[in-house]
Amino acid sequence: MSKITEKKLAQRDIQFILGTLLRVGVILSMSVVLIGGIIYLIGYQGLNVDYSEFVPDAKYASLEAIVAGLKEMDGKAIIQFGTILLIFTPITRVVFSVFGFLIERDYLYVMIGLFVLAVILFSLSNKLVG
Amino acid sequence: MSVLLFTVIVLAGAFLAGLVGSLTGLGGGVIIIPLLTLVLGVDIHYAIGASIVSVIATSSGSAAAYVKEGITNIRIGMFLEIATTISAIFGAVITIFINPSYIAVVFGLILLFSAAMMVRKKVDHSDVDTTGKLAGFFKLNGSYPTAEGVKYYGVHNVVGGFVMMFFAGIISGLLGIGSGALKVLAMDNIMRLPFKVSTTTSNFMMGVTAAASAVVYLHRGQIDPGIAMPVTVGVLCGATIGSKILVKTNTDKLKVIFAGVVVFLALQMIYNGLAGNL
Repeated sequence: MSKITEKKLAQRDIQFILGTLLRVGVILSMSVVLIGGIIYLIGYQGLNVDYSEFVPDAKYASLEAIVAGLKEMDGKAIIQFGTILLIFTPITRVVFSVFGFLIERDYLYVMIGLFVLAVILFSLSNKLVG
Repeated sequence: MSVLLFTVIVLAGAFLAGLVGSLTGLGGGVIIIPLLTLVLGVDIHYAIGASIVSVIATSSGSAAAYVKEGITNIRIGMFLEIATTISAIFGAVITIFINPSYIAVVFGLILLFSAAMMVRKKVDHSDVDTTGKLAGFFKLNGSYPTAEGVKYYGVHNVVGGFVMMFFAGIISGLLGIGSGALKVLAMDNIMRLPFKVSTTTSNFMMGVTAAASAVVYLHRGQIDPGIAMPVTVGVLCGATIGSKILVKTNTDKLKVIFAGVVVFLALQMIYNGLAGNL
């Protein structure tokens, strides 16, 4: 097989993998959100909500806190966990794209992909919110 | 309002927002935020946090199909994500320091712009001129499959597109929307990509851009599970059904009618923002 067709095939595989990854990520995370939503509605149904003023509630604002809440089967924590899975779906997509470019030996785009990841990781490190 | 009633109302509203957003190409975020703030009296910071989560869901869901078809230009997407992720995080960081009234006014202006973009006559500026130096260096020129065979295209004004994307990212992070209208403007008019490539690539980038700012919102407590859950579920369901209907219907008339609704929402946001009601 010539080099060019090999490259084309690799590109197709990557496209297929990226597409499948995105779909599976969305379905998985939304299932978790739905399950959490049902538990939340059962557990909190009698309560009243008031969102008229933004009061920063740091209860489920970090991964550690959400995992702790999961152990107590708190609906809110399960929803947040699903949300985190959803946030990680496109981030994982970037990771896979970097591998794809690595296979294609396109090092310029490996660097670009890693840079985008670094930007997101910096945001994840929670240094930006005072 | 009780938890159950609030969830049901938001779920229904988000479903409608997702449906109409996908039929018109506007996206769900620009409709759900006015619904939450104007109708339900939700603080705009909560509305923004919930909306950005729904943007990740809908854009990732539809990008999945486009990527497989090979229309999306992954290189252009990755290259421009440098601009959009940095600026989206910047927008998400500064949004809390801005008076909600001003955010509402900016939101209204972006809504007006989106409505204009929706009804304007689209002109395809794409060509096969691949002499652009930066486009060549970053390997942005590409091709995509059509019914008549593979179509090639050249990419123009990379710097202009990059700067416009930076602006689109700030707006996305600031307002919790996908800012698809701005992204498509950068790719259609400035970089002169074919429509199919620009819309699918913009969609592809939206997930990463939104994820970058969503992390900031999450840390700040702006993503409240009680709002984010019905918003995301509703918008995603509406958008999925919308994309199924879209294939079968001509949406030109719908777009004109809907542009009227969007203009109304925009003026409401601007008025209430200026009056300090939000």
